[in-house]
Amino acid sequence: MKQDKRFKNEINRMSLQMPAISVNEGMARAAVAAFCAQLSPDATELADIKCAVSEAVTNCIVHAYKNRKGKFYITVSLFADRTVQIAVQDKGCGIPNVKAAMEPLYTTDAAGERSGMGFTVMENFMDRLHVTSRQGKGTLVLLSKRLGRSTEEE
Amino acid sequence: MFKTEYHFEVKKRDWLLVVRLFGEIDHHGAVTLREDLDRLILKERPRRLVLDLSLIEFMDSAGLGLLMGRYRLMQDIGGVMVLSRPNQRIMKILRLSGMERFMEIEGVGAKGEQEDEAR
Repeated sequence: MKQDKRFKNEINRMSLQMPAISVNEGMARAAVAAFCAQLSPDATELADIKCAVSEAVTNCIVHAYKNRKGKFYITVSLFADRTVQIAVQDKGCGIPNVKAAMEPLYTTDAAGERSGMGFTVMENFMDRLHVTSRQGKGTLVLLSKRLGRSTEEE
Repeated sequence: MFKTEYHFEVKKRDWLLVVRLFGEIDHHGAVTLREDLDRLILKERPRRLVLDLSLIEFMDSAGLGLLMGRYRLMQDIGGVMVLSRPNQRIMKILRLSGMERFMEIEGVGAKGEQEDEAR
């Protein structure tokens, strides 16, 4: 994970490694949510994080490994300023054109009833989304959100 | 075995079919849920399908794909699909996708425990 100047204020960290099977979508988002609870997120923030993680993990399973064998890796860092940083990484096929993949409604699998909204959800539900990918090597999705800035009516 | 639990209950009256969904809708659960819903829709062939979302605890973009697919299927058989009682979480993702602009949605934020006597 890329280090930034807040790195020294990291207060806790969790790493997870799981087989890329769909049953782990629910496990991964629940585990990340439980870990983030230390920063006392509100219900909206927690739901946003769960949804973003679910999207990232689903991408690993469906797109990176195309439902074949593989693993995904999650690292969650919690910072003193109540920032949550989540890295979701795979060693799958990679994304040839990240910019295109991040467009709303873009999907490579129209037959599978995909909405093409995965990256759009991650982008909107988190403060920051950064995607790096190398074909044949894998993809790293970095998500971050600073808690306590929620402006929503919920 | 950990599993994304879902199930639904069905109420039928004349040409109206009300399906109340439970639990979480993600990619893992969507495959079987889709098959089960389509089997039900094609058997009953309702004119109006109401998907009651009030007891859905989680839904990600896989749920959007699922709703879109059933919306199209209902169009194909000459009926309409209505989303009932989605919570604010579900509304947020529906809004993001633009689907709330063309889908019929009723009773936003209403609680699932209340039995709606209208049906």
